[in-house]
Amino acid sequence: MFDDKPETTRMNMIQAIRDAQDVMLGKDENVVVFGEDVGYFGGVFRCTEGLQAKYGKQRVFDAPISESGIVGAAIGMGAYGLRPCVEVQFADYVFPAYDQISQEAARLRYRSNGQFTAPLVIRMPTGGGIFGGQTHSQSPETLFTHVSGLKTVIPSNPYDAKGMLIASIEDDDPVIFLEPKRLYNGPFDGHHDKPVVPWSKHPKGEVPTGHYTVPLGKADIVREGKDVTILAYGTMVFVAETAANETGIDAEIIDLRSLLPLDIETIVESVKKTGRCVIVHEATITSGFGGELSALVQEECFYHLEAPIERVAGWDTPYPHAQEWHYFPGPARVGEALKSVMEAV
Amino acid sequence: MTREENDYAPLKLHVPEPPVRPGDTPTFDKFEVPEAGSVRKPPIDTDFDDIRDLGFDIIRVLDDEGKAVGPWAEDISDEQLQAGLRAMMRTRAFDERMLKAQRQGKTSFYIQCTGEEAIATGHQLALRQGDMNFPTYRQQGLLLAQDMDLGRMMNQIYSNEKDELRGRQLPVLYSFKEEGFFTISGNLSTQYIQAVGWAMASAIKGDTKVASAWIGDGATAEGDFHTALVFASVYKPPVILNVVDNQWAISSFHGIAGAESSTFAERAHGYGLPSLRVDGNDWVAVYAASRWAIERARRGHGPTMIEWVTYRAGAHSTSDDPSKYRPKTEHEAWPLGDPIKRMKQHLIARGLWSEERHTQAEAQYADEMREAAIEAESNGTLHDGPGPSAAEMFEQVYKDVPPHLRRQRQKMGI
Ligand SMILES: Cc1ncc(C[n+]2csc(CCOP(=O)(O)OP(=O)(O)O)c2C)c(N)n1
Ligand SMILES: [Mg+2]
Repeated sequence: MFDDKPETTRMNMIQAIRDAQDVMLGKDENVVVFGEDVGYFGGVFRCTEGLQAKYGKQRVFDAPISESGIVGAAIGMGAYGLRPCVEVQFADYVFPAYDQISQEAARLRYRSNGQFTAPLVIRMPTGGGIFGGQTHSQSPETLFTHVSGLKTVIPSNPYDAKGMLIASIEDDDPVIFLEPKRLYNGPFDGHHDKPVVPWSKHPKGEVPTGHYTVPLGKADIVREGKDVTILAYGTMVFVAETAANETGIDAEIIDLRSLLPLDIETIVESVKKTGRCVIVHEATITSGFGGELSALVQEECFYHLEAPIERVAGWDTPYPHAQEWHYFPGPARVGEALKSVMEAV
Repeated sequence: MTREENDYAPLKLHVPEPPVRPGDTPTFDKFEVPEAGSVRKPPIDTDFDDIRDLGFDIIRVLDDEGKAVGPWAEDISDEQLQAGLRAMMRTRAFDERMLKAQRQGKTSFYIQCTGEEAIATGHQLALRQGDMNFPTYRQQGLLLAQDMDLGRMMNQIYSNEKDELRGRQLPVLYSFKEEGFFTISGNLSTQYIQAVGWAMASAIKGDTKVASAWIGDGATAEGDFHTALVFASVYKPPVILNVVDNQWAISSFHGIAGAESSTFAERAHGYGLPSLRVDGNDWVAVYAASRWAIERARRGHGPTMIEWVTYRAGAHSTSDDPSKYRPKTEHEAWPLGDPIKRMKQHLIARGLWSEERHTQAEAQYADEMREAAIEAESNGTLHDGPGPSAAEMFEQVYKDVPPHLRRQRQKMGI
């Protein structure tokens, strides 16, 4: 997406997300940023730090603690012609806004035949791994992918986070932008007892300065392989890598990045090549996005499959506090699934 | 629609800003502190229309010398006052111990209520067995005021072997049914309307139990808060609608919740509900106002909102650093002072207490908390020692473990 080789800076995911908003606030005077604690303080995860000081309180400000209010107001602003990029403090707290998102933002365009649109981005930290218990750990992506009219994306690294957030802000439809909070500070490999490796040691922590986009709807093959395709996104991308490395199985790992629109071509091409597929996500398994992926792969690749598709996901329980690492679908569970699809003939 | 020449100045968005930020000198000069004893005490069956002024004033009992003055001071026994001080001191000692445990890595998270101890402890002592609180994470005083077994609270904080919630819930999000303490949700404001529903049930069943709903200034912005007021106004159930205005919601001062334009208590009036505004750092005022509203509810005169005016003296939680958004010493400038110091001064003035006894009591409660913590830690801490099993994660999702969860549990190999 660049003309020349760009200048880059090392960033973690928080800085990349902040930088994307910085770029867009600078580039487009219609961009506004608001949410709980995002103004002076810069957000509880610091994703908007310094933006109010730079762009003023008219464009970056604190919102009352009302998620339905935040999204509802953003819809009104969007209808006026602004491009709001709002933060919901945790994905677990988006539910008061679910009516505004699923019944309003998602359908403004459809029901007005394009007279009114909702060009908003709703950012929210998602996923577990920080001992946050049941209200700081959930992964509600399918509650959005199930709604027509929404786009739902989830980057797994600083490079993608910045490029995808810029693409999301420039998008004319509402985008749910999920941020895997366990990856904010480093590419967590799934071994919680090991020290955190910072993004500065990872190539995807090299982030171009200024404006660039990573288009929504394009998956990324993060590891090539010939034996089995792993479909993953968010935190699970690195867990999948760990599992592949630890089992020595030659897995091809696809970071979906965008769940809707979905890059089905990349998925199909890979599964046709490997003949096996393991799907990994952190959200509860029943009616999870893995069910949709599994159906699509079956429809498109049935005659190429050499083993049943396996899903590894969170158990169908609320996210527990003390048992967090028993709940989390870590490298061991992904490894088991990999071995199981390899053994099936 | 008219099309005329536009001579209007461009509009500007109003975004409230606290008077001071880090680096500035703390000030509360816009905050008016009414004289202690100056607010009248109406009979409990007074129509809301006749007590609108109580939603603007601040009920205060303890004056600057520590004397209890005015109509709200009446009829409180020495024993009750001493119990109040004790409950506040133990609450603070409990917080100090658990903050230390969190810093030592024995648990993931903790929330203190420093500076706000009077509110929950005073309110609890005015409730009865069988009443139900729907608390937020900052009302541990409700438990400490009733001499709750400390180990039961600490076991939950440590997610250990004896944790009654089996490790499932974030530290401090307790649930103690017998003690009238509803299971705390992490999602703000959801429980305000639930408290109203619980109180409606008390009325439907012809009981005389009272529900007490709790919310912070910030969370009043959520829809469920306003829904609760509508239901309370329609059905007039026996519920106390507490709003703890501690000036801050994480980094957002209460102006972001609309406090620049109206008091929280005043908002009740729009729904035809009576409200009291009370000095939340004055234990005697807290107890007296709670007793009034609870009696009013139990006698069938309906809901009362109580706005507790206080200040969050500590960090929001162990994940927060308030020096990033407010002056470090702002709590020292808070005009309503510290609730424990004020109560101590009052009891000394009454001849019920002394500096020596206070110092002694501080040491005694610190010891009590240390011993309780050591005992609780022998049942394990979050990362060490015995704890709830992984299998227990699958229990209590439903009454019986359904087949799909049994399969998942087996898959896990347990
Ligand atoms: C629905 C929802 N949105 C956001 C949060 C995150 N959050 C937790 S506490 C808090 C501030 C609450 O402030 P206030 O209501 O004033 O209570 P206080 O912490 O001051 O006691 C926020 C925003 C949440 N828990 N739930
Ligand atoms: Mg508050």
